[in-house]
Amino acid sequence: MRLTCPNCGERDRREFYYYGDAIALRRPAPDAVPEAWDDYLHNRKNPAGDTTDLWFHEAGCGAWLVVDRNTVTHAVHGATLAEKAKR
Amino acid sequence: MRLRTPEHMVTFTFDGKPVQGIPGEPVAAALLAHGQKLVARSFKYHRPRGIMSAGSEEQNALVTVGRGAQTEPNVRATILEVSEGLEVFSQNAWPSLKYDMMAVNDLIAPFLGAGFYYKTFMWPKAFWEKLYEPVIRRAAGLGGLSGQTNPDQYEKAFGFCDILIVGAGPAGLMAARTAGRAGADVVLADEDTAMGGRLLREVEEVDGTAGTEWVATVLDELAAMDNVRLMTRTTVTGAYDQGTYAALERVVGKDGPLECFWRIVAKRTILCAGALERPIAFPNNERPGIMMASAVRSYVNRWGVAPGKAVTIFGNNDDAHRTAHDLVAAGVKVAALIDSRDDVEATGDFPIYTGARVVATKGRHALEAITVSHDGGTRDIRTDCLAMSGGWNPTVHLTCHMNGRPAWREDIASFVPTPDSIPGMVAAGACNGTFSTAACLNEGAQVAAEVAGGLGLEPRVTVPAAEDRTYRIMPLWAVPGKGRKWIDFQNDVHVKDIKLAAQENFRSVEHMKRYTTQGMAPDQGKSSNVVALAVLADATGRGIPETGTTTFRPPYVPVPIAAMGAGSQGKGFAPERLTTSHKVTVAQAAPMIEAGLWYRPSYFPKPGETHWRQSCDREVGFVRNAVGVCDVSTLGKIDIQGPDAAALLDFVYANTFSTLKRGKVRYGLMLREDGHVMDDGTTARLGDQHFVMTTTTAAAGLVMRHLEFVLQVLRPDLDARVMSVTEQWAQFAVAGPKARALLNTVLDREITNDDWPFMACGPVGVAGVAGRLFRISFSGEHAYEVAVPARFGESLFRLLVTQAEMLGGGAYGMEALNVLRIEKGFITHAEIHGRTTALDIGMDRMVSLKKDCVGQAASRRPGLLDEDREQLVGLKPVGAVKQLTAGAHLFEQRAEAVRANGQGYVTSVCYSPTLQTNLGLAFLKGGRARHGEVVQMVDHLRGITAQVTVCDPVFFDPDGGRARG
Ligand SMILES: [Zn+2]
Repeated sequence: MRLTCPNCGERDRREFYYYGDAIALRRPAPDAVPEAWDDYLHNRKNPAGDTTDLWFHEAGCGAWLVVDRNTVTHAVHGATLAEKAKR
Repeated sequence: MRLRTPEHMVTFTFDGKPVQGIPGEPVAAALLAHGQKLVARSFKYHRPRGIMSAGSEEQNALVTVGRGAQTEPNVRATILEVSEGLEVFSQNAWPSLKYDMMAVNDLIAPFLGAGFYYKTFMWPKAFWEKLYEPVIRRAAGLGGLSGQTNPDQYEKAFGFCDILIVGAGPAGLMAARTAGRAGADVVLADEDTAMGGRLLREVEEVDGTAGTEWVATVLDELAAMDNVRLMTRTTVTGAYDQGTYAALERVVGKDGPLECFWRIVAKRTILCAGALERPIAFPNNERPGIMMASAVRSYVNRWGVAPGKAVTIFGNNDDAHRTAHDLVAAGVKVAALIDSRDDVEATGDFPIYTGARVVATKGRHALEAITVSHDGGTRDIRTDCLAMSGGWNPTVHLTCHMNGRPAWREDIASFVPTPDSIPGMVAAGACNGTFSTAACLNEGAQVAAEVAGGLGLEPRVTVPAAEDRTYRIMPLWAVPGKGRKWIDFQNDVHVKDIKLAAQENFRSVEHMKRYTTQGMAPDQGKSSNVVALAVLADATGRGIPETGTTTFRPPYVPVPIAAMGAGSQGKGFAPERLTTSHKVTVAQAAPMIEAGLWYRPSYFPKPGETHWRQSCDREVGFVRNAVGVCDVSTLGKIDIQGPDAAALLDFVYANTFSTLKRGKVRYGLMLREDGHVMDDGTTARLGDQHFVMTTTTAAAGLVMRHLEFVLQVLRPDLDARVMSVTEQWAQFAVAGPKARALLNTVLDREITNDDWPFMACGPVGVAGVAGRLFRISFSGEHAYEVAVPARFGESLFRLLVTQAEMLGGGAYGMEALNVLRIEKGFITHAEIHGRTTALDIGMDRMVSLKKDCVGQAASRRPGLLDEDREQLVGLKPVGAVKQLTAGAHLFEQRAEAVRANGQGYVTSVCYSPTLQTNLGLAFLKGGRARHGEVVQMVDHLRGITAQVTVCDPVFFDPDGGRARG
């Protein structure tokens, strides 16, 4: 598997650290209801199909990436820098 | 028997006996030339077996190469190359290949049919592990591993290209030439020692010249192209996502690796993998001397070896005739040609039987005669080699590696690839069901032109003239008659097994496979699966397409795990990180322990000390009474700068850092977003926008990743940058009442308690080098950490230790460091192990409520605030048993020591030479309210029960006066 890092180009997945669902981009406010924090911390979809998750180019440029990919076809649709992602 | 006189021969051994061979030819060819028909015993019944094929699909001729640790089992003699001194051994036979005791299995074969193990060894259950399995494992099997560490070298490599071409037969060569001439970056891989595929074996003309000549011309042209890479001895073993392919290269040369495991990334792939000839399941079709017709042509035409003196041929297609004519041309006697088809016109100066079948064979260790059924009668023919051809199976395997299913083609009685089974891959030539040489050449060129065109190149197609015979076949799968009709030679599965599976209702092809083990041998049923399907289809009254196929999975040929894991053994698996003081430390005979990838000293033994505790107690005394020196460079050091550096720290630490004054250090507690403790450490403020954070050794990488996560994902609004500087600085703890006295011997300017109070930090000159000084303490003593650029680390360590020794102290290691911190109740990852909260360790007041931080919201969850949670306490033994052990559990004094009664557990223990008692840190339910209570500590693993009293975790100097002094 290879991901295309916006900084480094197409790189082997061994250079990346996998984090999980991109829900991490939408951190609730400190005073949000407990259910919002529960969803943020624990509840995850397990999609058969398109998914968006976070990867860290740890052995590369050090960028956190938002990756769109498909869990069924294994197609990687693209990656953007997390710091520029819409929240 | 050799048909040509070789120029140069070398000697290798087979089972200790010398055999002559031509360097580079397959061991199988040399054994055949030597007249060695019997080369192996079969997996289950220990039947005598000979060489069957001339390629990687070989099912029978598996041998063991080498001795001792370098033993390599299950090597196919058909691809093993002859070299001087090579040691080859037969396997799966005892005491010898010819007199194999386990051949008794063959006598009781009627009882060992499909499903035998399932039916017989079901009960009693205990017998399976103790009796049946060991016996079966000894009786059935292939070659064995040496059990020693493999000293051979393996390598891995990564390749990239526009077009990967798998297979260099007529189609592959044409594809490579077409794509190469168009300028594509091409990798052409072939598993053979030479490229050319079938043209190396067949007597044919291409472009008006001999096939082998044409191959040489094309290879010369390809070799001259910079954009084409030719890889022989390279089997493409698997197809994966995004155009990634695995390949195994057998490396030539004595000094390099044995094999190289490749990952090749290709924009497009052209599969030109050819086809494999399939056997016919006639009675006793596996005696040594019975082989594939194409293999006979390989040995005769390519290797100049006659596999027999009187060869018979049995086939259902025109290749049988081609074999007979090649043999005659080479001067080998053809005893008979048997064609199962009625409507063929055959010519030749040998007996020809059409509409005939081979119904029996004779010969114990080698074929002696066959019986042919013809025109209602039978005829015995003496023969020592039978060439069989049941037709051709396109090598579709790679197209199935991503769930693709091949499609049945009635006209060639075979499966062909379903287009687009692998994104970016197209098939051409025989693997696509295109069989004549002319058609293969054409298809290879046409497909390459399309593929290259798709990459924006402008290829031109020119195709040479070649043989263009129609492939005519009449399906013939199994021949009735007395005796077993073998299908899967490698796993000893025969026609009756398949029929039995169907009869017992294992009618699905996947069920049949598992019930009979058909296709489950290392060759994955390459040669046998289609025959087995046909027999199953017949037994269940269905067609072959309805019956379907089993799944082909990677790897196409067995891949040694040593090759896949090349570079990941030993230090390749766990590289060493060494501190600047490593050499000096090891020179003092300090035993080193691993801390992640780092190596740190346990203790520094002195003459006369016979037990680590003596050294440890002495080193603790250095720090408590004089001064000790310890390398703490392994702790993570992260440089943080920027206008929002303080805001970042406020967000990642539970406590506040924006209020920290320049030139001061503060202890910080870091939480995970779920409210549990992630790590702790100190952070120093070197400037208004400049901090240096330390992390624990274990969490250095984790914290670095976390800081980047916070900056890029959670708080991209913060203007700050972080950088790991762990490797850049060597840092040493100088601890003890004489710490300042020692430092003042090495610092450029003397320090006092007033200008360097507890928790002060700043730049200093250390023996003329610009360094940093932090007044922090992990021992509870008056202590400092002094840092210099790593290149000065070793000399500073030497200097500090020498000065410490003059003051009655010296170096201390991890054991003493651990005792010192337990005496003070300081935590490590033994305590903050991922399930503890700030409240659990008594630091809940550090979680600031005035600001948001990672983990703050979740740390307020009711379950994490429960006063009955397990809280950090100290333990001291009060009963007869003084020993405390980490990992032991705590129970009320009179409670039964069972899980339901668990009150907590011990995390860290030590003997404190300072307090002259054993000490423990533990988590105990509601522990802070239970100081003074006596509980029992039970270590079920070591069988230790001790009475302990619960106390404050700070055992020594509770008001902290020593650190401030
Ligand atoms: Zn990158």
